[in-house]
Amino acid sequence: MGHEIKPFFFGLLKPKNNVNKIWLVFWLLSAVTIIEVILGIIKPESLTHNRFVGMKLLNWIFIILTIYKAYYITWAFMHMDGEKKWFRRAVVWTGVFLIMYLIFIVLVEGGYVYDIMKDSFITRDF
Amino acid sequence: MGATVAVNSGHDTSKGFGKPFGISYGKMMMWFFILSDALTFSGFIVAYGFSRFKFIQEWPIADEVFNHFPFLHGVDAPMYYVALMTFILIFSSVTMVLAVDAGHHMKKNKVITYMFLTIIGGMIFVGSQAWEWKNFINGGYGAVKTKSGSLLQFTDADGKRVPMNTFVVKTATDRVQHTASTGLWSVKEGSLSPYAMKDVITSFAARPDLRVRTQELTEAGEKTVLSREASIEKLKLGVKTIEGANLVENEYGHPLFADFFFFITGFHGFHVFSGIVINIIIFINVILGTYEKRGQYEMVEKVGLYWHFVDLVWVFVFTFFYLV
Repeated sequence: MGHEIKPFFFGLLKPKNNVNKIWLVFWLLSAVTIIEVILGIIKPESLTHNRFVGMKLLNWIFIILTIYKAYYITWAFMHMDGEKKWFRRAVVWTGVFLIMYLIFIVLVEGGYVYDIMKDSFITRDF
Repeated sequence: MGATVAVNSGHDTSKGFGKPFGISYGKMMMWFFILSDALTFSGFIVAYGFSRFKFIQEWPIADEVFNHFPFLHGVDAPMYYVALMTFILIFSSVTMVLAVDAGHHMKKNKVITYMFLTIIGGMIFVGSQAWEWKNFINGGYGAVKTKSGSLLQFTDADGKRVPMNTFVVKTATDRVQHTASTGLWSVKEGSLSPYAMKDVITSFAARPDLRVRTQELTEAGEKTVLSREASIEKLKLGVKTIEGANLVENEYGHPLFADFFFFITGFHGFHVFSGIVINIIIFINVILGTYEKRGQYEMVEKVGLYWHFVDLVWVFVFTFFYLV
């Protein structure tokens, strides 16, 4: 690769060459997956019973870790870090902003429909 | 990237003005395809989110749905298998990126080895998905469906799930499935319930330790387990029994869960499958020395982008179907 290989993960992982970097990223992604699975199996009560903006803390952790993994797959494996800045933005920003809007509009609607059906005068369980 | 991006991509896109963004035509178009495919997948997953928010009470708990592991029959092993599948896919991504890297250094034999490993990894993944589907379709615990379509499941006094086939005693019945060739001509019905409702009610009455669990969520976000008396009363609402899952009904929770599961994992599985096919084509080209003659392995890089994208989608599917 033409670009220099920078340290990552708070500067703690310093790859010697490209192949080394690939393996370090692999171990990082594996570690994150293992953390997710362990959390998913034990489901600590402090994380499932507390909420932030209407969502369980545990689910926030899962989603943040997922985006973290997605970042490494895109930047390290798909070599997005080596592309020109504005090409990267053309792809990533387009996706991220459209998806954020979609999530917002559709999930708000889903919650609204649930409320309507819950508080309506007909029973749905008979 | 200047040293590694192939200069000659086979397309003169800009008639002497250089390449826009310094990236070859093929790779750029692969990126834009990936962007549009990412939006397609987000559409599906957000639609799943909509249905889940709408039917939050009836939505199944993932741990109870996906709890099988090969050779561990009857052992409750939530998520281990999908975690394994995730590793397999991430690992095949690693071998893919190693193949791309070997291509940059024009090491043909290394490219062949790594691409081969990638293809094998992809095949193991698709096979695992088939196994996952099989378990999902066959089901494990069974449930009773009420007239409104909500489900009643069975637990013991401690709230632990009890499979229906461990307590329901079948009695003789002369009820047979009505096919097009029997009875009223060309009229048929779907497959019969695995257990007759009257058998379920009598068997349930004979086992005082059993309880009925409804789909309603308690304050703590768990499904409600009824008292013994309320259980017997509730069971009278049942109209049929369900075992396993299909597109119309499933024993785990709301039917839409099964629909989205089949559709989204199926669509992803189809991407993996097409990724394998494209990988095999490029693999054969590598063996034939096509890219050696061309002087660059950019084609491996392009198929690599697609393959990583498939991995990327799986990371999200894994989160939204199995974790959250």
